[in-house]
Order: sequence, then C-alpha cells, then structure tokens
Amino acid sequence: MTQDNRLIHIVDSSLRDGSHAVSHQYTEEQIRAIAEGLDKAGIDFIEVSHGDGLGGCSINYGRAKLSDEQMLKAASSVIKEATLTVLLLPGIGTQEHLKMAVDCGARAVRVATHVTEADIAEQHIGFAKKMGMTAFGFLMLSHMRPPEVIVEQAKLFESYGADAVYVADSAGAMLPADVTARISAVVGALKIPVGFHAHASLGLAIANSLAAVQAGVSYLDATARGLGGGAGNAQLEVIIGVLQKAGFRTNADFYKVMDVAEDIVEPLMHRPQVIRNAALMQGYAGVYSSFLLHTYRAAKRYGINPRDVLVELGQRQMVGGQEDMIIGVAHELAQKMEVAGNEADYPDTRCGCSKM
Amino acid sequence: MEKIKAAIIGPGNIGSDLMYKIMRSSRLKVEMMAGIVASPGIERAKSLGIRTTTEGIGPILDDPDIRIVFDSTGARPHMIHAPLLKEAGKIAVDLTPASIGPYVVPAVNLNSLTDAPNLNMVTCGGQATVPIVYAIHRAAQVSYAEIVACIASKSAGPGTRQNIDEFTQTTARALSVVGGAKKSKAIIILNPADPPLIMTDTVYAEVENLDEKAIRESIDDMVATVQKYVRGYRLRVPPQFEGNKVTTIVEVEGAGDFLPKYSGNLDIMTAAAAAVGEAIATAMLEGRRS
Repeated sequence: MTQDNRLIHIVDSSLRDGSHAVSHQYTEEQIRAIAEGLDKAGIDFIEVSHGDGLGGCSINYGRAKLSDEQMLKAASSVIKEATLTVLLLPGIGTQEHLKMAVDCGARAVRVATHVTEADIAEQHIGFAKKMGMTAFGFLMLSHMRPPEVIVEQAKLFESYGADAVYVADSAGAMLPADVTARISAVVGALKIPVGFHAHASLGLAIANSLAAVQAGVSYLDATARGLGGGAGNAQLEVIIGVLQKAGFRTNADFYKVMDVAEDIVEPLMHRPQVIRNAALMQGYAGVYSSFLLHTYRAAKRYGINPRDVLVELGQRQMVGGQEDMIIGVAHELAQKMEVAGNEADYPDTRCGCSKM
Repeated sequence: MEKIKAAIIGPGNIGSDLMYKIMRSSRLKVEMMAGIVASPGIERAKSLGIRTTTEGIGPILDDPDIRIVFDSTGARPHMIHAPLLKEAGKIAVDLTPASIGPYVVPAVNLNSLTDAPNLNMVTCGGQATVPIVYAIHRAAQVSYAEIVACIASKSAGPGTRQNIDEFTQTTARALSVVGGAKKSKAIIILNPADPPLIMTDTVYAEVENLDEKAIRESIDDMVATVQKYVRGYRLRVPPQFEGNKVTTIVEVEGAGDFLPKYSGNLDIMTAAAAAVGEAIATAMLEGRRS
C-alpha cells in the first residue's frame, strides 16, 4: 500500500461503456464534443466503440445510430494528443473490424475475453501488434475467479504480446479487498503494466479504483459522470480529484475534466447515472453490467421483476455477451409464474441470492 | 445389407465420436482410421477392429474400395487432402473450416448436393441455426438473420479458440448462402459454467411477411427433421414475435457417443457429417451416383 509519485494513465470510456447508457445512440456531434473535450483535458486514451465493442451493432446488443466507422472518424477528426482506442470482444468483433478501426485512426485496442478465456484473443492481440497498435488484454467479470486463475490468464495475454493487462470488474461485484488481492497478484506476476476497470453497482467504483492504484495498477478506466453499463463506471472527474488528493500523478487537468462532465456529457444523458435496484442486484449477484437495459425491456414485456431475471442470470453463471439469454430466462420465469398461478413475486429467487 | 466403405482422417475427439456414429450406420462401414502419429484415437479404433494407419492419407488413397472420406484434421491439412481425394475419385466430407466444397446442412440442402465431390460441414453453430433460419425464410422471407451460439468452454478445442473469427465469418456466410437470409451476423460465446452448459443457440430473424402461424409450423417441422439425425436437438424457447422480428432459442444435447453430453456443439457436427455420409452411400448403393 505504498503511495508513490507514479503516473497513472487514464482510459476514458464515455464513448464506449457510456454508449450502453444512451442505448448506443450517440450522434457525430456529441462524439466530437466529448472527444475534443477529453483530448484537451489531457486524457491519455479515448475509447470509442459500440458498447459491446467493434461489430457489436446487432439485434442482440442493440443497434447503434452510427456505425463503428462513423463513430471513429468523428472522434479521430478532433483528437490531437490522446490515443484513439477501440474495444474488441473475440467472438463478436473480428480482425476485419480491427483493420477498419486502424484505417479510421485507432492506435490502441482492448481485446476483452471472459476471465477464463484469454486464449481466444491470441489472434487479435497478434494482429493488433502487427498493425502497430498498443494492445491491452482485458479480463472481464474478474470477480468470478480467484487471483491465481486471473494471474494464469493474464500471463497468457502477456505471452501473446499484450502491452498491458486489465482486470475488469464488469459486474461491479468486487469489494476493495477483492480488488487488492487480484491486482497485487497480477502486478507481482507480470512484467507488463496492469489496469483496472470498475463498475459502480455496489457504490464502490471509486474506492475500488483507488485500491487498484494502491495495489500497483498503471492504467485506470473511467467515464465522465460515470456514464456506463448498469450502474455505470468509475466517475472520471471524481477519479482525477481523488488521485490528485492521494498523491498520484495523471496527465489529466482536473478542472477541464469536470467541465467536460458537466457541460458536455451531463446534458446528453438519458437518465441520472444512479444505482437503481436492478443495477444494485447486478453487483450483488455478479451479473454483467450491460445486461441492465435489455433486462428492463424483457421484464416489462413478460410482466416480471427485472431483479428476478438478473438473479436467475447470475445463478446460471451467464457471461458477458449473453444478452440473448435474458429473453430466454424472462420467458421461462413468466411461464413458471403462470403455472404457479401468477404470483406477484417469483418465489425461488429470494432464497437463491442468499447463497451468493 | 451391402455397405459403402469409408475412412476417417484425424483420430481426435471429433474423429472418434464420428467413428462411433458411423459404426451404427446400415449404409456405411468405417474401413480405416488414419492419423500421423500413434495416439489414443488410433488405439481406440484398432481395439474396435478397425484398420488403422499412422501414415496419413496415403493408405486411404491406395485403397480403391474406400469411397467416402471424412476429414476431421484442420483447415491446412484438408487443403492438401482435398485435391488428392478428388484425384483418387473419393468423396470428401470436410469437418474442417477449409470450405473448399459447398456448405452442407443436411436438413436444408443435402439432396441437392449428393453429386459434389467435396462437402463442407460449416460450423457447429451453422449446423444448429441454419435450419431455423431457412425454416423462417421459407415461411416469411428473412431480410436479416443473427445468431448467438453459446458453447461450454470445455467443449471448445484449440482449433476453435485460435481461429474464432473463422467461426463467426463462416457461420454468418452459411446463414445467407444456405439459410437464405439477405444479410447475416454470427456471434459466439464460450461459457465456463460448472457443470458445463449444453450448447444453446439463439436465432433472431427480421422478416418481410410476418405470419406467426406459418413460422411456428415451419420451425416445428424443421426441428423434427433435424432430430432425425441429431437426437438431442430441441427448441428451448418457441418463436417469440415482436414487430417484424422473430426470436427463438434451440439447444443441442450431445448423444454421449464418445464426447460428454454437454458437447452438443461437437455432436451436431459429427451427427450431421454422418447423415451426409449416409445419404451419399445410399445414392451409391441405389446407383444414383458413382
């Protein structure tokens, strides 16, 4: 737990994870305004993609107003200093998408896999390096496995040539001690730098990010106003303030970052980024953050409580990208409710969550 | 009854599972299992009384009685095998991603392809979802099809893992070429849940003429057709309708011949390949092809 004068690199994901919170409806004008603001505020990496990464525009994850290409070109046109970054989930996006992103000016990529599946990313990390990009490995839903598994998977990314590896708390399910245990283990085992990606489901995004920095990460993710999937991410302007106060350096200008959040991002938000019950349950039950809005829609359609759908998805150990199972589970729960005489609450879920 | 002699190249998990399936066939006989090194798969075949070789494709080419050859090696070896098999006048059923011959999905287009010298089995996701897309298409005209295949981590081998783009791209192409969708997209998710989940595939289709009854009946007919050769193929969530969008979920439980039951993804590949072999053998036995 040393406090040193380390430089922490900031990856802003307002235009990627934040895209979930606006149902992927960013306009070119909004993208230019946010990217320009972040660039001028000294943010190191600006991530721009569909919320589910390149190629994420789909029925399953939601259609975006703009193509990945349009989004990247808009951001690229205003970024001067920062590194334009994209997200790619192997199985959803492909090397072809990555090639397109490079042509649009992307110079860094985060290749994200479920915490146990790093070996599906070898192809994409290798391709990114061949294209001269900075390549990050990104282990999603890291709360689902103990530190030793995360170390083993992070080492795979290192062996493929990744420049850094992220431990991502994609459900916002970790407590600070969980973060410290995982980050310390990975930092101790790897030669390359480590990063952390937080979600706010349990109200711990800032505390967890600080724990990660104290445990040795060199990269942190954040979004303006915390805009992101589920309860949102670590709030950028808060993180910058907290890091300064804690004595860590960043390249970001605290005041400029606050202004981007308040003047540019806040006016375009569809709803306040607060921890509503279903999002809280995502953190509690360990469910992928971007399932939230899809779950609201499915729950409404089948007349059930979104919380019950999320708990069931958690019990079934669904992983990132399985948005399709939301309809499956909602349909099944609705049928069971019918059989049980349409009780207001599906009875099994309560006892289920005490097991977690 | 007279049987057509077949060989399998690649005695790994897929080749071994396929061997057990073909051994049940009334039209096909596994004449030889070929590998390039001594392996448990070769030993297994030998213990079942099947001729084996560790000299690769050579001994198969030398045996004029072998008429159908299943290749479960990899895309690169199949690129080498394909022209040799063609020259030797043998039919190749390709379980690799090489995609030299046309895509075949037995429930949809097998009958039109029994003359092709080389048939490609697409992907497991393709075998599970193309029939559903085709079923919706024949009832309602599919303008866009999208599928999400979820398979158990334990059942995804190194081949799939190292070439995951190939899976999504090949599957998407087959949804259009065989399934009939104007546009298409495929997504694959590996899930490490314990106990392992059986293979699940979600099919979304946007259609031009939404006729709920026609779509429902067409899908039910298609599921029954696939079940003739893949016993564990089931509709988990019947078609759900919303605007012009149809959503349905199928699942595939493996037969457990050699691979565990959760490996429905591998089972549907070997079951479909066996069905292709049977159809070709039948055509040969009935004198409809040489």
